[in-house]
Amino acid sequence: MVKERQGERCRLYTRGTILGYKRSKSNQYPNTSLVQIENVNTKDEVSWYQGKKMAYVYKAKVKKNGSHYRCIWGKVTRPHGNTGIVRAKFKSNLPPKSMGSRVRVFMYPSNI
Amino acid sequence: MAPKDRKPHVSRNPDLIRGVGKYSRSKMYHKRGLWAIKAKNGGAFPKHEKKAADAAPAVKPPKFYPADDIKKPLVNKRKARPTKLRASITPGTVLIILAGRFKGKRVVFLKQLTSGLLLVTGPFKINGVPLRRVNQSYVIATSTKVDVSGVNVEKFDDKYFGKKVEKKTKKGEGEFFEAEKEEKNTLPQDKKDDQKSVDAALIASIECVPDLKSYLGARFSLKAGMKPHELVF
Repeated sequence: MVKERQGERCRLYTRGTILGYKRSKSNQYPNTSLVQIENVNTKDEVSWYQGKKMAYVYKAKVKKNGSHYRCIWGKVTRPHGNTGIVRAKFKSNLPPKSMGSRVRVFMYPSNI
Repeated sequence: MAPKDRKPHVSRNPDLIRGVGKYSRSKMYHKRGLWAIKAKNGGAFPKHEKKAADAAPAVKPPKFYPADDIKKPLVNKRKARPTKLRASITPGTVLIILAGRFKGKRVVFLKQLTSGLLLVTGPFKINGVPLRRVNQSYVIATSTKVDVSGVNVEKFDDKYFGKKVEKKTKKGEGEFFEAEKEEKNTLPQDKKDDQKSVDAALIASIECVPDLKSYLGARFSLKAGMKPHELVF
């Protein structure tokens, strides 16, 4: 692969981990996912992230729109509990294989 | 006394409880002085003569009555306004673009257009961002300001950035493929000149401040350990 220029590291998103679906002990509700955002450890810190867009990025064998990469968009809806976990809703429910994998939490729509 | 000098009148009939006044009907009649008005007028209440009603224009019975009643659309009195500009964004503020082709670039804010979008420029020589529109939600305002007093942005509005309407070409088979491709990709010279004129004044004021030029040329990025919710821009 030829790179025209070494791309500058430009990460404008925070990393997050998908923990699973919103659930009780024996029932789960796949329309809402739980996400752990890096370095967010309390309920108060979550207020900054509320409403921010997230993307779950994954690869597939078939090329769509010229790329093997696909994405499911979603957003942070509310905090979950006291220790910084966050509830998120996506345009379509996340697939179960996403549990434990990376999600990008962007800094927009911004309010600063 | 001139009518305008009168104080607004308090009720003559104070409430005992909500809905129940202190004075009865007959007492109120006396209080309002209706007896005095009648006496002045010779025993009867003064009447105005009714104005002769204008003869209604003769309406022909309509030829066609619709079978069902047509719904009238609801009244809409909303006015279109540009989105409210955040207090942190003033002309000359350095903004960080968060998404799109120029994500991470630090850019100078010029003005808000009537559509609500923000007019922004690199300047082009410094970081490659041309005169461009950007949405307020996709931007972080920093506390760094640049002096934009020397820049004239009056002529830029949303129409300037709109897509050019192409004239309809006649369908000539031979010319079909050739004529289309020629004029699409070049940027018209007057846009380049506009960019230069806006940037000239800006670059002059940027170079006065130490390090500002390289600051605008560098991209913003989150690094390890950076917590956006704790960052102060």
